[in-house]
Amino acid sequence: MTEADFNTVLPEVVLAVFSMAALLYGAYGGKDKTAPILVWITSAIMVAIALWIGVNGAGVQTGFGGMIVNDAFSRFAKVTILLSGAAVLLMSESYLAKRDLLRFEYPLLVALATVGMMIMVSAGDLMALYMGLELQSLALYVVAALRRDSVKSTEAGLKYFVLGALSSGMLLYGASLVYGYSGTTLFSGIIQTANAGEISLGLLFGLVFLITGLAFKVSAVPFHMWTPDVYEGSPTPVTAFFATAPKVAAMGLFARLLFDAFGGVTGDWGQVIALLSVASMFLGAFAAIGQRNIKRLMAYSSIAHMGFALMGLAAGTAGGVQAMLIYMAIYVTMNIGTFAFILSMERDGAPVTDIESLNQLSKHEPLKALAMLVLLFSLAGVPPLVGFFGKFYVLKAAVDANMAWLAVAGVVASVIGAFYYLRIVFYMYFGEEGNGIDGQMAPIAWAMLMVSAAIMVVGVINLFGIEALAATAADALVK
Amino acid sequence: MVGLEHYLAVAAVLFVIGIFGLFLNRKNVIIILMSIELMLLAVNINFVAFSSYLGDLVGQVFAMFVLTVAAAEAAIGLAILVCFFRNRGTIDVEDVNVMKG
Repeated sequence: MTEADFNTVLPEVVLAVFSMAALLYGAYGGKDKTAPILVWITSAIMVAIALWIGVNGAGVQTGFGGMIVNDAFSRFAKVTILLSGAAVLLMSESYLAKRDLLRFEYPLLVALATVGMMIMVSAGDLMALYMGLELQSLALYVVAALRRDSVKSTEAGLKYFVLGALSSGMLLYGASLVYGYSGTTLFSGIIQTANAGEISLGLLFGLVFLITGLAFKVSAVPFHMWTPDVYEGSPTPVTAFFATAPKVAAMGLFARLLFDAFGGVTGDWGQVIALLSVASMFLGAFAAIGQRNIKRLMAYSSIAHMGFALMGLAAGTAGGVQAMLIYMAIYVTMNIGTFAFILSMERDGAPVTDIESLNQLSKHEPLKALAMLVLLFSLAGVPPLVGFFGKFYVLKAAVDANMAWLAVAGVVASVIGAFYYLRIVFYMYFGEEGNGIDGQMAPIAWAMLMVSAAIMVVGVINLFGIEALAATAADALVK
Repeated sequence: MVGLEHYLAVAAVLFVIGIFGLFLNRKNVIIILMSIELMLLAVNINFVAFSSYLGDLVGQVFAMFVLTVAAAEAAIGLAILVCFFRNRGTIDVEDVNVMKG
């Protein structure tokens, strides 16, 4: 292991060493009393690493014989993952403390999951892919069951574990076939075999299994069954985390695998991804209509949003990857704001999740209701908010790649999906007076909600320049 | 003579048994954990068989990683299962149904 190798994974190493040191500090330094300070330090370190990666990184470095690739694509994804992870950690502190859930393991598990995600998006080898994915998943299984004394939370953990392990098994079987039929686990080697003449049947089977495993992780239909239950059962801050960083990481890994290892055979996987995309968009739109629980509703909403992000991948072009990255960055920002609000939904100190409790919110809390209105419109993709531009880019990528039918399906699904977002807005502004929510928002969560809503409005000017960054990232991936 | 295809066939059969064990089993969550283990071990057979066939050590290294991760996965699965059992008092698959997905 040379110094150059080591430098490519330095941010991951720093975060991993920090989590282990903090674990010792927590275990010997007063258990859960250390939790608040650990939450703050962990998020500070995550933000610092995000800045470090964002400012310092340039060019392409590969380490460990090509196993780790540090390029513009992985840097874009890492910065998004780190910032959203830190934001979710910060806004969840007061919620967890109020409900006696603030254990010192929580920030550390989030940090370890983040290390896994960072490895996922910079994987250049099936082994690095698998190890990163498992590090992330194992940490997430545990945080899903964070509320150890609740049936719902442990059931969510159990369901997530069983289906997650199944998907890892699928992915691994695919990895073994790809290894066997291409003779290497390196993406750079696999792409040579895949490009040399007709793709062999074994390699194709391996690819299908790999796609299946990853579709589980991004909760694309038909592999979405775990999402609503896990979102509903987990403590709300954990749900907020599930809805943001892991989704970016899984989409990043998806793109990395498809383009780095199978970039030359777009025709072989483009249709499969397009089908996953259409199914996710429509199921997300229809199934959310019947939901009364806002956490389940957000689960279906995330399924639909993953469908749109997959549309960018299905296009199989640099423009598609750029659209996917922009979409994920916008999606994460919207979700952080929305979940900051959901965290504050409580009545008499107990959390409530039914959407009827938002009736007439605009009368009691006009500012919060207005911020939610902006976020929900943005989630629905109503112009001219930023959420619309996310959808616009993926639709444009699909049209440019001669997949107009996919774009049309996307527009139809997005119109259907707008219904359930707008229904919440209707409740907030014109609902019947009833049992409302009475909780005070923690200052940090309030700030997140307002900033996220403000971004949705102000961002329409130039999207804060992420368009150019995403284009650089996409060009690094699609050669 | 036992060749590569025999190993692949055994691995495929074990893998399918694992998947069916996961879905058809209506009794006990422990059986699910065993099915998951079976799937991962089937993959290991694949890896080692390919590794020996190709004369390339990477497959065996991968198999070692899979073994390690499988152990960690089983530990976490059992830990979550213990928590679930404490709350619910049962580990029957049919009783994992507080939330309807």
